[in-house]
Amino acid sequence: MMISRTNSSNASGGSIASVSALVAIFGVLALIIAGRTIDHAMGIQAMTFIALATAFLVGTGMWAGNLLDRNPFDESRYEDTLVKFGVFASMFWGIAGLLVGVIIALQLTFPNVFYFPELGWTNFGRLRPLHTSAVIFAFGGNVLLATSFYVVQRTCRTRIAGGMWPWFVFWGYQIFIVLAATGYLMGVTQSKEYAEPEWYVDLWLTIVWVAYLLVFLGTLWKRKEPHIYVANWFYLSFIVTIAMLHIVNNLSIPVSLTGTKSVQVFSGVQDAMTQWWYGHNAVGFFLTTGFLAIMYYFIPKRVNRPVYSYRLSIVHFWSLIFIYIWAGPHHLHYTALPQWAQTLGMTFSIMLWMPSWGGMINGVMTLSGAWDKLRTDPVVRMMVVSLAFYGMATFEGPLMSVRAVNSLSHYTEWGIGHVHSGALGWVGYISFGALYCLVPWLYKKKALFSKSLVEWHFWISTIGILFYMISMWFAGIMEGLMWRAYNEYGFLEYSFVETVEAKHISYMIRALGGGLYFSGALIMAYNLVRTALGHGAAEPVEAKPDPYATPEPRATLVLAE
Amino acid sequence: MTDETKDIDTHSGVETTGHSWDGIKELNNPLPRWWLYVWYISIAWAIVYMILMPAIPALPGLGTNTKGLRGHSDRVEVAKAVSELKTARDAQSIVLLDAGLEKIETDRTLQQFALAMGESAFGDNCATCHGAGGRGAIGYPALADDVWLWDGSLDGIEYTIRHGIRHDTDDGTRFSAMPAFGRDGLLKRSEVDDLAQYVLNLSGRSDEPEAVLRAAPIFQQQCASCHGADGTGDRTQGAPNLTDAEWLYGGREADIEATIYNARNSHMPAWDDRLDDATIKAIAVYVHSLGGGE
Repeated sequence: MMISRTNSSNASGGSIASVSALVAIFGVLALIIAGRTIDHAMGIQAMTFIALATAFLVGTGMWAGNLLDRNPFDESRYEDTLVKFGVFASMFWGIAGLLVGVIIALQLTFPNVFYFPELGWTNFGRLRPLHTSAVIFAFGGNVLLATSFYVVQRTCRTRIAGGMWPWFVFWGYQIFIVLAATGYLMGVTQSKEYAEPEWYVDLWLTIVWVAYLLVFLGTLWKRKEPHIYVANWFYLSFIVTIAMLHIVNNLSIPVSLTGTKSVQVFSGVQDAMTQWWYGHNAVGFFLTTGFLAIMYYFIPKRVNRPVYSYRLSIVHFWSLIFIYIWAGPHHLHYTALPQWAQTLGMTFSIMLWMPSWGGMINGVMTLSGAWDKLRTDPVVRMMVVSLAFYGMATFEGPLMSVRAVNSLSHYTEWGIGHVHSGALGWVGYISFGALYCLVPWLYKKKALFSKSLVEWHFWISTIGILFYMISMWFAGIMEGLMWRAYNEYGFLEYSFVETVEAKHISYMIRALGGGLYFSGALIMAYNLVRTALGHGAAEPVEAKPDPYATPEPRATLVLAE
Repeated sequence: MTDETKDIDTHSGVETTGHSWDGIKELNNPLPRWWLYVWYISIAWAIVYMILMPAIPALPGLGTNTKGLRGHSDRVEVAKAVSELKTARDAQSIVLLDAGLEKIETDRTLQQFALAMGESAFGDNCATCHGAGGRGAIGYPALADDVWLWDGSLDGIEYTIRHGIRHDTDDGTRFSAMPAFGRDGLLKRSEVDDLAQYVLNLSGRSDEPEAVLRAAPIFQQQCASCHGADGTGDRTQGAPNLTDAEWLYGGREADIEATIYNARNSHMPAWDDRLDDATIKAIAVYVHSLGGGE
């Protein structure tokens, strides 16, 4: 390759070659599968992979061919192009995922209208995992990739490690998303909630994730700061734990190496427990610690105040990750799961309440001395309100884990409302806040295209979240009470279908709330694109060199340690 | 920033940890007291709960999990609750088993119990097709009106529930089959269209008198054996009355044409093996009470 002409780019050329070789090997495997399979869905999945892998290799080749003598992985510069890709991938998948959410909310509200039996892929059973995976893994995952790459470089004062490998992580992850999503629509699923992709997609994600871990560790390893910033502890715990959860919960044996179907290694209550150990900690380590990492960088940076308490960050970090991992059994109260395990899940959930709140306290109190920004800066307000929703959801969670409460709330819409107050309020808002910060920073603009559009986004979405949560509380408690109502003769008062019918109005309000939230995201996307283009208030700032480009003496501290 | 010179945040007067990452510093505030104490309380509560309830698994020498001081067990509780409910219900469902359907309907106490039981069982087993309260849907007869395809008497309803309609594996199932006149080539397309006009005319809704005339002999030849010469139907064969305003599959011209062309012949499962006798009787009484029982 052309880039290997200079000494300094030998290493980078190596990473381009090794990434290309890895993708090419998997492309050949996919080609063999496509040629031999009798499983129609597997054929389409393999061809999709081949097309995406080819596009990646051709794109890489053209890009590398145009480099001439320039080193693409210049150690004196941050890798920000990758972060830009991540920001726009987040926006794209976020809008796609929210749109599918609105569609399935409408399907539940008006099942006769939004039902297309001749188009099997539009069925609720196919679209529901598409929605959950799109918002959690495609939107949330890309926000985590983009922000972690941005934050780890800044707080370690060094370029992201691995040359081409971070790009492999990004594109490999997008390939994972496309394979999973198109698979769901064709009915390919292993029927494990939030872990629906089949064995071959799981394997691909494992490779991508290990690369992510190594890239992140490599960056920490060559940092030019003496200490590791708290946001990076949270990112690291997220990456490590998700790797562990993903591998264990997806242990399965393929029925055929050229077929989509696989058989789980665990069965019965062991399988259920493994699944909810995974499901619960996906919430804990993907949607909590990952986004707390975002909070720990973007809030102090945006309000320009120090983090409230270093001690609190240490204590709540370690207590959170230690206690969270045990709380999974609370998803299986009053089931075949032995009662002692239910006790374990419930008591650890109660003990988890304060460790969860530690992050909220540390984030909110960081505003000490800058409270006026709540009024003047809608981006700050969005991030602080996200902490309020975080606090509410992490109080509601332990409450719902109490067995007596759970006997009412479990399997009802209350669970849906709980999840969405966390997802829309906490994960969504902290992500939006980070995206609103990142785009002007990355594109070197003084401000966003329009501050008043952020206000609109904030209020429309907040009203949407409240509609969503309150209607689902109402529907959930109502149906929970209806399910357990007995008449004087000892028979159930209501049939199941009557409890479904009773939720119709709540479903309409929920769909409206979701629609409002979706509209808010569209406003954000418009605002961010106009900002990147430099319109409106997004005037350029004079280019300053990256702060670490001129090495400071502190760099020697690394050696001293 | 070295240890000798402390870095104090000017706004709060609190010392920082002395590090700075991309301009971000950390204050050295202590843990909030209330936070710490609430956490301690939640830990203490968890420990007490674990002492009281089944908790720690496989301690050395124990072989099983700790049973807890309260000796609580979900399995025992559920078994107890189910047996209590069964005892409470049995007193009356045994009477239900022995009593004839007429007796159940006329005895006030028995009737109230049967209606409660029947409504509950109907909701979970029948309402999926027949709708809550038996209001029916396209292709699923309404049970709350006085139009009956087969038999609207108490015994007739019980028979239908037990044996179903066109249920393959039940020898006693109610059975009849309307031919697919168009699809199977028994009639030409034009004859099917004429017949639809004839059927519309039975309820006074046709505006094509020539078609009705043309179809009259066809109706007598092909349809009258089941639906009757005057089209009022025959319950012994489940043949619906075509002269009224009730239509199971819709009464528009296109619906009737589709019915004649393809036939319908829907199914209802036999419930004899799936529900116990008392429940079947209760459902029969419940359905009979919905408004149209004969």
